[in-house]
Amino acid sequence: MDANELLNWARGPGFDIALVIFIGGMLLRLLEVLALGKKPDLSAPRGSGLSGGLRTIFSRFLPRKQVFDKEPLRIVNAYVMHLGFFVVLFFYGPHIPLFESVLGFGWPALPSGAINAVGAVTILSIVAALIFRMNSKVLRFLTTTGDYVAWLVTLLPVLTGYLAYNHMLLPYTLMLALHILSVELLMVVAPFTKLTHMFSFVTARWYQGFKAGQRGVES
Amino acid sequence: MNDQTLGERLRQRGVSRRGFMKFCAATASMMALPPMMIPKIAQALEQAKRPSVIWLSFQECTGCTESLTRSHAPTIEGLIFDHISLDYHHTLQAAAGDGAEHAREEAMKAHWGEYLLVVDGSIPLGANGDYSAIAGISNLAMLKEVAAGAAAIVSVGTCAAFGGLPMANPNPTGAAAVEDIITDKPIVNVPGCPPIPTVITGVLAHFLTFGALPELDHLKRPKVFFGQNIHDRCYRRPFYERGEFAETFDDEGARKGWCLFKLGCKGPTTYNACATARWNEGTSWPVEAGHGCIGCSEPRFWDAGGFYKPLSAPFNNIGDTILTAGAAGLAVGAAAAVLNRRTKSDAVKNRETITIKDLSKES
Repeated sequence: MDANELLNWARGPGFDIALVIFIGGMLLRLLEVLALGKKPDLSAPRGSGLSGGLRTIFSRFLPRKQVFDKEPLRIVNAYVMHLGFFVVLFFYGPHIPLFESVLGFGWPALPSGAINAVGAVTILSIVAALIFRMNSKVLRFLTTTGDYVAWLVTLLPVLTGYLAYNHMLLPYTLMLALHILSVELLMVVAPFTKLTHMFSFVTARWYQGFKAGQRGVES
Repeated sequence: MNDQTLGERLRQRGVSRRGFMKFCAATASMMALPPMMIPKIAQALEQAKRPSVIWLSFQECTGCTESLTRSHAPTIEGLIFDHISLDYHHTLQAAAGDGAEHAREEAMKAHWGEYLLVVDGSIPLGANGDYSAIAGISNLAMLKEVAAGAAAIVSVGTCAAFGGLPMANPNPTGAAAVEDIITDKPIVNVPGCPPIPTVITGVLAHFLTFGALPELDHLKRPKVFFGQNIHDRCYRRPFYERGEFAETFDDEGARKGWCLFKLGCKGPTTYNACATARWNEGTSWPVEAGHGCIGCSEPRFWDAGGFYKPLSAPFNNIGDTILTAGAAGLAVGAAAAVLNRRTKSDAVKNRETITIKDLSKES
């Protein structure tokens, strides 16, 4: 199989398979969690669950001071990583037609050079995230094999994208095929690792915020 | 006539020394050779005897022959092409029927082991090769017969080089490339649909000058012509870098000459000399004419999801895929939810009461 054949497979059947597993898997996981339900709360609510839930979805984008003060570097790095990934994914010109084919509309792209720089920073921050994790005894203990897999499948698309754009290591066509395949790997793995948080952060925050809101406590 | 050298014949045809040296300089620069090689090229070409060339056309559209013979006919490249001894080319030769086939057999006999074999078109392997035949001889049999006595083979066009359009899914004739069939001869692939005429003459000039084939890439393409990425050499590249893309063929971006990536340009994965050598005697090339590159010099460009789909977009209709995936996910999720609920209620039902007595029991 030559590079062009691999690229055609990745853009054709490969993407379809990955998309089915990604969407089907995510819905399965979310439905499974939501259907577990919760015990009826018999006490009279002291506050609004609705406003507590909505507030918490947004308020938890910012860290609590006590938590931030403990590990400022790790938290700043996590911001860099998440924002970098977001910018590279959604604002690199050639990525936009992909979303356009799903959503039916697109948006303006950022200059490729800027994306390249953000990509480099993102790669470094993903590596740094692992180093922070390895250096903490508690985090190391809590990390499962699935978490390492999640880390790897997050790194690969950014890394292969950077190498492809800069024509490094392998011929462009092959690197582009590997880049698309690595994204498909991420899509396949995501529903079955902690990467589900890309969607479940909303429901989890809502749940916590709703409970806290009804009890009239801060969340 | 065959004993005349190329130099003699060019002079006979009224080509001046200056014109000839200009051609040699252009050839040297095109092949990325240092200027000091120009006199050597001139000398070698001047003294070159007319090599015998047998041109076989199989499953093809004659576009490659059109490209080579018609568009460049008045140029020196065209004359060079005249001055090879094209002993068999069933589209161009005057002879027909048995006479044509005899010309091929005679040329093969007279120059056995020395002639250059040029092939355009793919070779059908399905139904024992019966899909295409010339003078009752299947393409497969003719290729094998002529290739046996060839010094080297030049596969002209993407069909001969990689299978081309006849090989497109579902490949009804079992079309194959020359290199899939002939494995014991030096082969140069000159892909393109059609290839740039100067690239063909460049390869022939290299063969005449050095008596050997040029350096090839991993797809057996001459590196000097196929070492350049269209995207990297594209004059619209700055727009790509700035994130400025034409969205349709007649919007403001298209009029301003912005990047054609979103309109399906395959420049980033295509290696060819179009962006530098250009077409029609250097007049223009597809991207300059406002149409994205279709990647015609790459294997499998014919099955790459459509010429107007951006390289980064998936082939198929995503809407249907999403609906199927969503329905499947919800169904499996609902089943999982029922199972989980049952596990939960079973656990509640079968819960055994543990007393302090149980815990203090010695095990």
